[in-house]
Amino acid sequence: MSGSSILIFILKIVGALIIAVIGILVGLFYKGIDRKLAAMMQSRVGPPVRQPFLDFFKLMIKENIVPENAIPWIFNGAPMLALVSTITILFYIPYGSLPALFGNSGDLILIAYLLAIPAIALVAGGFSSGSTYASIGAQREMVLMMSYELPLVTTIVVLGWRLNLAYPGLKVFSLAVLSANPIWSLVGPLGFIGAILLLFTLAIVTPAELSIVPFDIPEAETELAGGILVEYSGRNLALFELANAVKMIIMGALTVVLFFPYNIAHLFSLSGFFAYIVDTLFFFFKLFIVIFFEATLIRVAIARLKIDQASVAYLVFLSIVGLMGLLLIAVDYII
Amino acid sequence: MSKSTYKVPIGPIHPSLEEPMTFNFEISGERIQSVDLAPGDNHRGIEFMGRNRNIIQIIYLAERICGICSASHPFAFCRAVENAAGIEVPPRAEYIRVIISELERIHSHILWAGVAAHELGFDSVLFLSWKVREEVMDLLEMLTGNRVNYGMFMIGGVRRDITEQQIPQIRKTLQYYKDVYQKLEDVFLKDPSIALRTKNVGVLTYEEALNLASVGPTTRASGVKKDIRQDQPYSAYADFDVQAITPDSYSGEVNGDVFDRIIVRILEVFQSVQIIEYCINNLPDGEILSEPKIAKLLGVLKKAKGEGVGRHEAPRGEVIHYVKLNESENPEVWKARAPTYNNLMSWMPMLQRQEVADIPIVIASIDPCIGCMDRVTLVDSNTYKKQVLTREELRKLSIEKTRRMLR
Repeated sequence: MSGSSILIFILKIVGALIIAVIGILVGLFYKGIDRKLAAMMQSRVGPPVRQPFLDFFKLMIKENIVPENAIPWIFNGAPMLALVSTITILFYIPYGSLPALFGNSGDLILIAYLLAIPAIALVAGGFSSGSTYASIGAQREMVLMMSYELPLVTTIVVLGWRLNLAYPGLKVFSLAVLSANPIWSLVGPLGFIGAILLLFTLAIVTPAELSIVPFDIPEAETELAGGILVEYSGRNLALFELANAVKMIIMGALTVVLFFPYNIAHLFSLSGFFAYIVDTLFFFFKLFIVIFFEATLIRVAIARLKIDQASVAYLVFLSIVGLMGLLLIAVDYII
Repeated sequence: MSKSTYKVPIGPIHPSLEEPMTFNFEISGERIQSVDLAPGDNHRGIEFMGRNRNIIQIIYLAERICGICSASHPFAFCRAVENAAGIEVPPRAEYIRVIISELERIHSHILWAGVAAHELGFDSVLFLSWKVREEVMDLLEMLTGNRVNYGMFMIGGVRRDITEQQIPQIRKTLQYYKDVYQKLEDVFLKDPSIALRTKNVGVLTYEEALNLASVGPTTRASGVKKDIRQDQPYSAYADFDVQAITPDSYSGEVNGDVFDRIIVRILEVFQSVQIIEYCINNLPDGEILSEPKIAKLLGVLKKAKGEGVGRHEAPRGEVIHYVKLNESENPEVWKARAPTYNNLMSWMPMLQRQEVADIPIVIASIDPCIGCMDRVTLVDSNTYKKQVLTREELRKLSIEKTRRMLR
């Protein structure tokens, strides 16, 4: 190994650490803002913005109880797996004009797979905790996961497919390529409507990925007392909370990168270091707007659905919306 | 369908329950196959405590049977004692009693609506409805001095008068509820996600409601026009023509599901507003107590002999108090039957074949008050274990007791 490649290797490790820490901090911070905004919409005062941090520290000093009839290695391993896989996704996402850390080696398909891992970890953790409530929660999480995968994948595949039609030969599932060629500029008016439908599809999948109302069915506080997480406490629960906070960033970032990848630095004719800073800040601003619409607004406006209703909503209605998007974009291309 | 079922216990402590109560579910997949109720976790021996107190002290004990029906229980109790001792209540006191109990109905129904929304995972509506409820709580505090446990009732009348200065404030609050009706209707009856979760859920048919003798909004939502204020008008209700509210007056049909129970309760809030309005418009002049001197009243009650039954339509249904006075300081028997006791068994048909996700809202839909309802817990004094009596055993014990009393 030459000197420069070792240097790049070390830089990448340092970069990964920085991104992981920033991802967690921003995730918790946005969670705090989300709770505050939801509280204001429900005409209450709400917790301070730093509450998720306080919750995290409190959980970390709490006793970590492993139930008697749990399978300890799965029970303890699941939160680790969930957090690690979500943080890994952070390395594949470009932030504003900053390229993704591992940008060349991974693409959207990899992210789609990595996104499934936290959910699988939750299911494994739920089943291994040996509680009836957690088992019901885990069953529901599995059903929900199978239901929202189809619309999610439809969105991803359509975007790549359309890009491939426009520029054959590009690595169309690479996030860098996708964000350099947003869908809006590739399509005509019909395709534009199709792209809006795809955006809607992704936005509705987000609450299920984050397991918030109306799709918090696996946790369902009033039904299952926390369901899948019912036996988790202390450090393990804290890790799941972190994973969830990071996942919020990822789902928001996916929407931003796929649908709103525009930067503003060139408007102020900035370049170099300042351009990166301005673009990254703008990215986080876009992220905030997206999370507000995809998570906060939805969860204060709707009641929790039942698992069969949610499943039908995803597998039938949302899939139809996604396929309509595909159809419109296809028709738009043929015309 | 797989044959295997698994057991899910809900309670005694569970987030969907406001009070301790145990349900043992037999579940297959997400469907409920059977359910077994096991009450008795919240028994406080209130009737026994009452038998060691004098009548006036029991009023305050009756108030504390339940935090939400804290006008209904003393209302029924006072009527029972007045019935037993033959005490007349002045008309003005009757009107004030009705005003307080209808204000209580408003706050109870709106509180329930918030709880129901929370059970559905719709917390925004919970906060909205509890904000709306605050107005009536403020009014109750102004009229009685307390937000709950009003301390308003007394044998032969009420303890505090409603003054001329307080009437404008009452009118203002009533106007507030008239204005807010549209909002509540939009939120509860026109919201698609609430309809999705409550329509055809927890159905109690007309026949089942009759057979199980359910009471209150639970039975009215199944189309049974049962309301003591209508059937046997008492107090100031006799002057106002109360009609039992059934859901067909809003939606034109009776399904007996959770949605119908929401309709009935929302409509009853505005029926209460009308009743209070009538009461303050026609408030008669005069005394508020038949006997203002409590010591003298106690003396009369000490000499009284006889039985009395007091009934009142509490927010949850008919509450009955039975008192037997036997020329002594304390009553010989005091029995309180809360509406939840009647509604308990209507859970069985409601929960049958429902999904796990429906459990919280179906349980909440009868507005259970376990604290009111829990009258008996059988505990082995050696092992401290709860016991369950079969019907035969209970019958044998009853026969033995009757023989003992006859001797």
